[in-house]
Amino acid sequence: MNHSISLTINGARRKVELDDPRVTLLDLLRERLDLTGTKKGCDRGQCGACTILVDGRRINSCLALAVSFDGAEITTIEGLARGDELHPVQAAFIAHDGFQCGYCTPGQIMSAVGLIAEGQAGDDPERVREAMSGNICRCGAYKGITEAVIEAQAHMTGAKRGEAA
Amino acid sequence: MNRFDYVKPQSVAEAVAAAAEPGAAFLAAGTNLLDLMKGGITRPQRLVDVTHLPDLSAIETLPDGGARIGALVKNSDLATDPAFARQYPAVAEALLSGASAQLRNAATVGGNLMQRTRCAYFYDPASACNKRSPGAGCDALGGENHGHAVLGWSDSCIAVHPSDFCVPLAALGAIVEIEGSNGRREVPLTAFHLLPGSTPDKETVLEPGEMIVAVRLPAEAAGFAGHQRYLKVRDRTSYAFAVVSAAAALRMDGGTIGAARLALGGVALKPWRSEAAEAALAGKAPGQAAFAAAAEAAFAEAKPSGDNAYKIDLGKRVVIRALALAAAGTPDRLPALPASPFAPVPEGVLHV
Repeated sequence: MNHSISLTINGARRKVELDDPRVTLLDLLRERLDLTGTKKGCDRGQCGACTILVDGRRINSCLALAVSFDGAEITTIEGLARGDELHPVQAAFIAHDGFQCGYCTPGQIMSAVGLIAEGQAGDDPERVREAMSGNICRCGAYKGITEAVIEAQAHMTGAKRGEAA
Repeated sequence: MNRFDYVKPQSVAEAVAAAAEPGAAFLAAGTNLLDLMKGGITRPQRLVDVTHLPDLSAIETLPDGGARIGALVKNSDLATDPAFARQYPAVAEALLSGASAQLRNAATVGGNLMQRTRCAYFYDPASACNKRSPGAGCDALGGENHGHAVLGWSDSCIAVHPSDFCVPLAALGAIVEIEGSNGRREVPLTAFHLLPGSTPDKETVLEPGEMIVAVRLPAEAAGFAGHQRYLKVRDRTSYAFAVVSAAAALRMDGGTIGAARLALGGVALKPWRSEAAEAALAGKAPGQAAFAAAAEAAFAEAKPSGDNAYKIDLGKRVVIRALALAAAGTPDRLPALPASPFAPVPEGVLHV
């Protein structure tokens, strides 16, 4: 039986026909919508490489059945930059060497964007590390990742304050 | 993953009817279910998606001051609800010590209660497991079992229940609201999960089709809000299941303990409330002597199920420390590492 769902992906509304209810959001993005920025690592919710935002919240897309997300708003790594202008979290990852091989990086960056939106960690490195513990980096770039998250957060909250003023 | 029929009911009544069919399973966030299905451990013929059902996503304060948490409330939303976390801080601390931020954003209250053990033999279809295939035997017995149960286990199954959330719920007297084809019923959380006995495949009191619609915390539990902690020892600092954990809550009556609540995680196939330990604390002055007596009471019936005798000694120490932390008072803000033994402790709290 076919299932028809509608998703808003990186701001664009997409109608999706699913011929199989087993398709995860991760496989839908990568295999059917050509959005391969979201990575498949463990495919079991343990590594965080597949992290995306659904309705503004970070989740593991490998453990989400697409058919259950009719009407959801999805942001992937492809949806962060504005043209050639990088998102502040992307820029901070480059500035702080927050990666080596880069495979976990889209998930790290999406997780960091989610973390900053949650507003629970502040600028305490211990809280940032704890809140990023669902994202594994086998190259061990954690030091740069933590610095990047803290700097991007300062930049983004500072920018907000600037807008308010 | 096996093929399955996907159904999306519009009401709890429709969901209950759809899930009463043999081979059906409820789908909430699916963070555990999909993992099990990908491994071929669970092969439901029909998934009943309850995520869009109305009226199951609220955190309510009841007229008597208690709390009612809808079955679809996300773990992260409950943990960061300021009013809830103030009233039931050990529940918030337990939630934030579990899984990862991504999983907490997806996983639901009802799903947390329904999650399956993480016993490696249960997860390995090539191993014998009475829970997965009744009568097959148990390869955890005599296997790699340093993480297995020391309380309430049987020769059929020595697995442990993995939930953190359920531990303070058990301590604080939570009630599970269940809806089935015969209407609504209520079960105390401590009676919701079943010990293995000779039927470890039967894990909860739920009958086919029955679903959790809410979990309630009694108003009386709020009397313990000022002295309440969750402590969780893990193999790594974050994003790991408990080796042993404890939820401790005290209602202080001047300089003595008016009443105590204590439950353990990681030691049995259900969240393990110890009323014997609670009784040992009532009327006593908080301190090493009372806490050690409570720890002895909590583990009086414990016995190793394999290479895990250490969990009995460790568990006693976890109880003593959780009680010491609770006696020192609930912190204004949870530590950076919730429930972690590596979190800073106030001066003089330990070594009392």
